[in-house]
Amino acid sequence: MEIFGIPSQALFGQLLIGLINGSFYALLSLGLAVIFGLLNIINFSHGAQYMMGAFAAYLSLQWFSLNYWAALVLAPVVVGAIGALIERTMLVRLYKLDHLYGLLLTFGLALIIQGLFRNAYGASGMPYAVPEVFMGAVDLGFMFLPKYRAWVIVASMLICFATWFVIERTKLGSYLRAATENPSLVQAFGINVPRMITLTYAFGVGLAAIAGVMAAPIYQVSPMMGADIIIVVFAVVVIGGMGSIMGAILSGFGLGLIEGLTKVVYPEASNTVIFVIMVMVLLIKPAGLFGTEK
Amino acid sequence: MNNPTVSSQSLRHQWVAFALMIAFFAIAPYFVYPIFLMKVMCFALFACAFNLLLGFGGLLSFGHAMFFGTAGYAAAHASKVWGWNPEFSVLFAALSSTALAWVVGLLAIRRQGIYFAMITLALSQMVFFVFLQTPFTGGEDGIQGVPRGLLFGLFDLSDNTAMYLFVMAVFIAGFALVWRIVHSPFGQVLKAIRENEQRALSLGYDTDNFKLIAFVLSGLVAGMAGGTKALVFQLASLTDVHWTMSGEVVLMTLVGGMGTLFGPVVGAAVIVSMQNYLAQLGSWVTVVQGLVFVVCVMLFRKGVIGEIASLLRKPL
Repeated sequence: MEIFGIPSQALFGQLLIGLINGSFYALLSLGLAVIFGLLNIINFSHGAQYMMGAFAAYLSLQWFSLNYWAALVLAPVVVGAIGALIERTMLVRLYKLDHLYGLLLTFGLALIIQGLFRNAYGASGMPYAVPEVFMGAVDLGFMFLPKYRAWVIVASMLICFATWFVIERTKLGSYLRAATENPSLVQAFGINVPRMITLTYAFGVGLAAIAGVMAAPIYQVSPMMGADIIIVVFAVVVIGGMGSIMGAILSGFGLGLIEGLTKVVYPEASNTVIFVIMVMVLLIKPAGLFGTEK
Repeated sequence: MNNPTVSSQSLRHQWVAFALMIAFFAIAPYFVYPIFLMKVMCFALFACAFNLLLGFGGLLSFGHAMFFGTAGYAAAHASKVWGWNPEFSVLFAALSSTALAWVVGLLAIRRQGIYFAMITLALSQMVFFVFLQTPFTGGEDGIQGVPRGLLFGLFDLSDNTAMYLFVMAVFIAGFALVWRIVHSPFGQVLKAIRENEQRALSLGYDTDNFKLIAFVLSGLVAGMAGGTKALVFQLASLTDVHWTMSGEVVLMTLVGGMGTLFGPVVGAAVIVSMQNYLAQLGSWVTVVQGLVFVVCVMLFRKGVIGEIASLLRKPL
């Protein structure tokens, strides 16, 4: 069977890979958007924290023989706690300065984290087994769908939707959105804004860690795994605009799919297609597809 | 950002510092390995170019390696394949990165602040992939064995002394250009935009145009540095286009003092020597660089020259 002259197996296979990559883009850009919304900084160490999530899964298996599910809960808590510590001790001192300092600080932290992990574990990747429940694949008739990949797509969609729901539809979320608009007024209403900022940062970082755990069985666990993906995620964020949570999610999945499609149609451009789209978006709608800047 | 304001009054102390700097680079090769000093000068010029944008224009480009690296490939190709003289190779390199900067600048100035940093980073990653895949760059191997050639067809630059003088000439020319730009009326408007873009706009300045010109000029000077570096090391490789290189130039400027004239030179000297002495420690270099970043941002935002300048109460 062929679609547009492309074997359907290859097409669906690449679309699936695209959707998987898109799940990670969505989770990561969502975390960036949540952090940016309240803290007004771009968390450059997001890729390093994603890597820490993957390592948390790997190490908890090695050291304590904790399985995938335990890691899925533990990793975001541990990495989020480290994030909270970073926010309390360092980022908090930079809020009154130019926002660029936050970017520079988190870039430095990313270098430290990635360097430390590379010293300890070398540059090569380490395999992490797919949890037993998700071994094997389902035959969908037109293609084989590995169960674990299906799980990643479903789980990341659920996490994204839950995050969107909390921020856009609950009381806690309304505090958060209010604090984004006017922190001092929200503080005057008796809400502990500094604590909310810390928790928001920890939450955003936790999302990156969850993405890391989910990525561990698909990509290998390696110290530099977050370094390149985060640049693509920055492009995704520029395309989607950071103003809206849903925008971050949709552009994450959408661009993953487009990237997958490019791998079938014109593989040479698959590395650059997202950046090319970023250029086009900047030319046509500089604020981003879902952005409302100014 | 917190910079000592540059007054247009007497700039004698800057001339003194300039003379000291030239004297240092003239005497140093008698004591220090010349190749190392040439590397310092190339990176110093690169950092000056970057600082023109960040320190004086308030624009943080996180992809400046694309200009440095592109120029390196251009110079290496012109020199090796076309057999051009070094002066034309470096000129061609500077023009290539200027052209690239014009295109990138047009796109990047459409967004401000943090977005500007992300866009330049993403675009430089795109340039990285393009160079990785284009045949003429030699992929992972880079362009190796680039001949240094005969300067003006007369002086053989394979002699390190001649090469040193050439690099020094390029460095001083580039530095003088940045210096002139900073003190020109154009530079003053640029600083006004850094301090308050809305206000500059309301005074009738086409701020986008000023930012674009600053970006292009920065790309030009970065290209002079990148092209020269390719000739010094007779190599153009992907390292110079990678985002880590963009991070390094930010670090150099931060350590030396952003918004100061001589800061980037000092910063480049510090970082390049650090890399040299820590080279045997492998990936600890990255950790140390990260630590320097964190310390600078948290405690030492003015940088070396910035601190000295505020002690002297004079802009340097």
